[in-house]
Amino acid sequence: MALYEHIFLARQDVSAQQVEELTNALTEVLTSNGGKVTKNEYWGLKSLSYRIKKNRKAHYSLLNIDAPHAAVTEMERQMSINEDILRFMTVRVDELEEGPSAMMQKRDDRDRGDRPDRGGDRRPRRF
Amino acid sequence: MAIRDLTTSQARRPFQRRRKTCPFSGPNAPKIDYKDVRLLSRYVSERGKIVPSRITAVSAKKQRELARAIKRARFIGIMPYAVQ
Repeated sequence: MALYEHIFLARQDVSAQQVEELTNALTEVLTSNGGKVTKNEYWGLKSLSYRIKKNRKAHYSLLNIDAPHAAVTEMERQMSINEDILRFMTVRVDELEEGPSAMMQKRDDRDRGDRPDRGGDRRPRRF
Repeated sequence: MAIRDLTTSQARRPFQRRRKTCPFSGPNAPKIDYKDVRLLSRYVSERGKIVPSRITAVSAKKQRELARAIKRARFIGIMPYAVQ
């Protein structure tokens, strides 16, 4: 079976609990079609960089999926019908990430003691 | 020897810089991931444009990978397409 990373954005008016129910429903769709979800991450309510369907914020969820293609298309079909889902993206990967993703690690990174503060935003220097 | 080369060339041209190497090649290089906004935002201008590799010294292969990651991050709304 193929491995996928799947991210979906739920409307901001929806509660975190409803997002969880939504994730469970999607997991159900995958498992009934012969797939499985190996990791489920909830990133929380994050502000968007630009407005999507008139929303400024969205609930982010990440699923690591090991499922046949048919199961994924079926899940995507159902997601496109659901009005609580603003957007979703499925990316095929060679191997699934173990442990928390970059988004979840960010908070630990910030107070890393081994590197001195270099002051300000680091961008590639132009010359 | 490398040091001597550098000093002689510096004597000739005072503004020669050492050629930068690709930040994504070699050991313990960061992995390009569309979810890692902190990493990706270093390769984007203030206006939100992708910075060309001739400025950042990213190799051609990694630049393609990086551009793909930035475009994915934009799609899921964690990075802007344009600022202002």
